[in-house]
This record gives sequence, structure tokens and C-alpha cells, in this order.
Amino acid sequence: MSLKSNLHSLKEKYRGTKMAPAFNALHTFLYAPNETTQSGSHIRVVDDLKRTMNTVILALVPCLIFGMFNAGYQHHLALGDIGRADGFFSAIFWSWDNLVIGLWKVLPLVIVSYGVGLAIEFLFAVIKGHEVEEGYLVTGMLVPLIVPIDTPLWMLAVAVAFGVVIGKEVFGGTGMNILNPALTIRAFLFFAYPTWMSGDKVWVHGAVARDKAIAAGQNVDAISGETVLGSLAQNHEPAYSVADMFFGMIPGSVGETSTMLILLGALFLIFTKIGSWRIIVSTVLGALTMGLIFNLVVSQGWITESSKFFGLMSTTWWHHLLIGGFAFGAVYMATDPVTGSQTNIGKWYYGFFIGFISILIRVFNPAYPEGVMLAILLMNVFAPTIDHYVVQGNVKKRMKRLKVKTA
Amino acid sequence: MEHIELFFKSIFIDNMVFATFLGMCSYLAVSKKVATAVGLGAAVIFVLAITVPLNWLLDQYILKEGALVWLGEEYASYDLSFLSFIMFIATIATMVQLVEIVVEKFSPSLYNSLGIFLPLIAVNCAILGGSLFMQSRDIATLGLAFNYGVSSGIGWFLAILTIAAIREKIRYSNVPPALRGLGITFIITGLMAIGFMSFGGMLTGGDEPEVTKGTVVQEGDKEVSQVEQSVEDKQTLNITKVNE
Repeated sequence: MSLKSNLHSLKEKYRGTKMAPAFNALHTFLYAPNETTQSGSHIRVVDDLKRTMNTVILALVPCLIFGMFNAGYQHHLALGDIGRADGFFSAIFWSWDNLVIGLWKVLPLVIVSYGVGLAIEFLFAVIKGHEVEEGYLVTGMLVPLIVPIDTPLWMLAVAVAFGVVIGKEVFGGTGMNILNPALTIRAFLFFAYPTWMSGDKVWVHGAVARDKAIAAGQNVDAISGETVLGSLAQNHEPAYSVADMFFGMIPGSVGETSTMLILLGALFLIFTKIGSWRIIVSTVLGALTMGLIFNLVVSQGWITESSKFFGLMSTTWWHHLLIGGFAFGAVYMATDPVTGSQTNIGKWYYGFFIGFISILIRVFNPAYPEGVMLAILLMNVFAPTIDHYVVQGNVKKRMKRLKVKTA
Repeated sequence: MEHIELFFKSIFIDNMVFATFLGMCSYLAVSKKVATAVGLGAAVIFVLAITVPLNWLLDQYILKEGALVWLGEEYASYDLSFLSFIMFIATIATMVQLVEIVVEKFSPSLYNSLGIFLPLIAVNCAILGGSLFMQSRDIATLGLAFNYGVSSGIGWFLAILTIAAIREKIRYSNVPPALRGLGITFIITGLMAIGFMSFGGMLTGGDEPEVTKGTVVQEGDKEVSQVEQSVEDKQTLNITKVNE
């Protein structure tokens, strides 16, 4: 008996029982559903929820693979085992050693994220008696990519449980949530365990362990993995070239560093019409506007070099796109079709404010080193309001037209 | 600059709903539809804009310690601030009544659209909260008090507007039966507060070198000394602030 018929007979066996959704999900996860709608009108489309989700995951895979190599590269670089990689295709970067560290550190994150999240989804589906929804597939892939490499697995598990239950399931599951679940999970981690989510130690594997060893009295050198944003906020010149930032060979969360691969992912998402180009473009516009304003402040001499904001304010306006999690957030998080603005005009406002506010927070708010996460969450909150007024505006416009015609 | 700072701060950073969770009763009860939420929000802005400056005058010239000095030197030691609750709420109630009468007389349409919300505002804790915060934060001038009233009203307005839009959006969501209504609204409010934390720490963060108390155990002798430790690292400093 093949796997397919095995699964099918399992499904038939549990049909009508409480566990049915779980077995249905297992079956459709691997094979196309063999059921057809019997009655009523229905539309056949190729891009069902599962295919949409899989497309996004496909767009994320380059970031994940790069993130694995980068994890190992940053670790070995910080230890002094290897030199700086020159260029994107440098053999120093794409080495077996780097990949081993990356697999060793990143795969557990992925497994915990999917394991905990999907377990909760299955549980809710069984209790509530509906089909398992595919919504978590993307969230589960995003979460390991936006956390620091050394995040303890239990923290990730707690945060995922919080994000899936409070952020999504209480609203009725996929498609109903108001905040992006992946960002809810990260915000939970950020506010609950701040020492593991920011600073200059958590971004490179081994730095925290080294610190502990030093505290215990061992004679080893400390590792510093200061991010570009971190050094700019301290008014230091960052130790990385613009090319490094573009290719992504800088410390940071697992998948957020490589602007180039994110750009490829963005093109793929726009080409397949999964991601909204309006949101991506307007987010970038918003960030550039804010960057230009800050550069103007510096060039007009309204701010002195001793100011604590000088480092970030004087950053060349378009460099803001390359550093931190901005590109990743703009492409994969802001474009979330559920929590983002749904109207086309609304998308422009929504995206623009995300870019604008994230650079504002990044530069102006000393409490948070990076603002993209909170800017997107904030605009998620405002998205329904924007949509409401866009729709109302349309209603008014059409009423007017109607009056003119009938008069 | 002072005005802009206070304005931004009381809308986004010290938001009445998301930072201090004041005015929750009407915020939860009247946020089912955007149109009514806008009405109530506008009324709150209006009343705050009137009562906060009025109570500022009361506080400055009657209630504060030494405020009665304009009556004569012998009154300089009087401190009537224990009366501030009663005085403030009396002003608010009177003002709300007055505003109601005036609005009814001169703009019946606005009066009808505000409906029951106008008298309800008298018992909205965001209004009393506005006056009490004005007092405890030592707002310096009448202009700033007016600014504070208007901007915290706008903050409350934004909060009720956004939650009303969200509640309209999730009206057809399959929320678990136990959470329908108020339960899910509380959860949404909590999640919205996370979004509003984006601005927390802005404007306040570390202009003056802040000092935290640390305990240092000296080696050799077991003396534990309290030292004032200046913290250079802005990041850790502000994170501890956020946690507070």
C-alpha cells in the first residue's frame, strides 16, 4: 500500500470524528485534495491559500540559506578563524564550516517554531472542529528568520505559543488576526526577554557563551557582534562596507541581513502577485523621505556632532534601506494581506507611514535599536481605520456621481 | 518646541488609553461603530480642552500650597490640594452641563449626534485623569495646560477611532464564543498597546546622564556598598525603563 492510499484510508477511518481535521490536514499537506464540491456555486482558482503560502516560503528560502552561512561566517569571523570575505561569491563565506554552524543553530529554531505553532493549530482545529488552516506555514518560517541566532529555544516556544493563541487563534484563526503573528511573536520576545533580543552580544553565535565564560573567570577574549545600527547609535563608524551591507555579511537576525536576496524575493513576490508592490514601494518611499529629512537636519547644522542622534541622522539617506531589518520587514511583513491595508489607496498611506515611522523610531527613539517591527505593528493597528475612510470616501464620491446622473 | 514636544508626547507616548488605561468604560462601550466613536471622541477632546485649563487656573490660584497668597500674606501657608478631587470633578460636571446647554441651544444637530455621550463624559475617568495629570506633572503655563487638554483628548480620540474600525473589521470573525464582545476587545486593546509602544522612550530617553543604583560586592572584605553607577549604555538603560 502506498503512502497516499494509507493516508486516504486513515482519513476515511476518522471521518466524522473529532480528530478528522488533523488527518485531513496531513492528507492535504502531501497530496492535492481528492474531494470536489457537490453543490452550490464555486470558483476554481489555482492560487488557494496553500499555494499562496508556499510561494512566500519559496521566496524566503534564499534568505534562510544565506542566514545559515552567515551565522557560521559571523561566528568564525568573530573568533578570528577566518578573514573577511571579499565579494558575494567569496569561498571564505560559502564554506562547509560555516554551513555546519548555521545548520546546527538555525534548524532547531525552524523546528521549534513549526513544531509548537503547528501543534497549537492542530489542537485548535480539533477542538473547534474546523479544517487546519495553512496560515502558520509562513509565520513559522518568518519567526526563525527574525530572531537573533542565540535565542534560547524555550523562549521561542513560549513566544510562538503566545503569538499563535493570543495573536491569531482568539480572533478565529487565519485571516482574522489584526496584528501580524510573526511580529507579535517577536514583539513578545523583545519585551519579555530584552537582554536576549538586543545589545551587541546576541547577534553572533557564541558571544553570550563567551561572556559567561569570562564572568566565570576563564581567560578568553570577549566576542563583540555589534550590528551596524548599534555602532551608528553609539556614534561609531560601522566596521562594514556598503557592499557588505548590501550582500548581507553583517551581524543581525538570522534572515534579515542580505538586502540583495530580499530584493530577489521581493521581485518574485511581485511577479507572482502575492506581495503588494504598492506597499513595498510606498514603504521604501516613506523611509527615504525620513532619511532625507534627517540628512537635511544634519546638513543645515541644526544638530551638533555631540548629539546622541548624530550618528544615525548623518547616515546617508539610502543606507537606511540596507541596514537593520528594514528590507525584510518591508517585503515580507508589511505586505501581509490580512493585517495590512486592503484598499489600493489605503496601501499607499499604510506603507508610507511604515517606512516613515520605522526610520523615525530607529533614529529618534533610544529605547529601541530598530523600529521596523513596531512601526509595522502600529500601522497594523491603524490599517482598518485607513480602510474605513478610503471606503467612506469612495461611497461619498459615488453618491455624488449618482446624484449628478439622476438630477 | 516645548509645545510640540508636549503635544506629541500626550498623543502617542502617554496615550490616555494605551499608556494609562484611563477612560476604559466608554472606550469599551461606545466603540462598536466608527461613526459613534468619532462623536464621542470629539466630545472628549472638546471637554478636555475646556476643563484642563480651567482646573489649571483653580489649581494655581486656589488649591496649590501658597496659591492663596493673592488674598494676602497671611494665606501663604494654606495648602488646599486635598480638595482637588472634589473641585476638579465639580468643574468637570458643571462644564459638561454648561456645554450641553450651549450646544443644545446653538447647534441642535451636533447635540443630537452626540446624544447621550455628552452627559456621559462627566463620568469618563480620562477627563478627571487629564486634570489630575496636569496637576501632578506640574504643567507650567495656561497655554501648555490647554495644549495638554487638547492633545490628550486627541490621543483618546485616536484610540477609540482605531478600536472602532478594528471592531467593525472583525465583526464577522469566528471568535470563540467565550471571548465575544468585551473579552476580545480587551485582548485587542492589549495588542494595540504593543503597537503604541513604538514611541515609548522617545523624547524622554537619557538627555541627562541618568543614574541607577547598583550593588557592588567588594572582594576581600564582605562589605556591601551602595554605589551610584552611571550607566553609559543607553540601550540597556532604556530597556530597564521600558520594563518599569
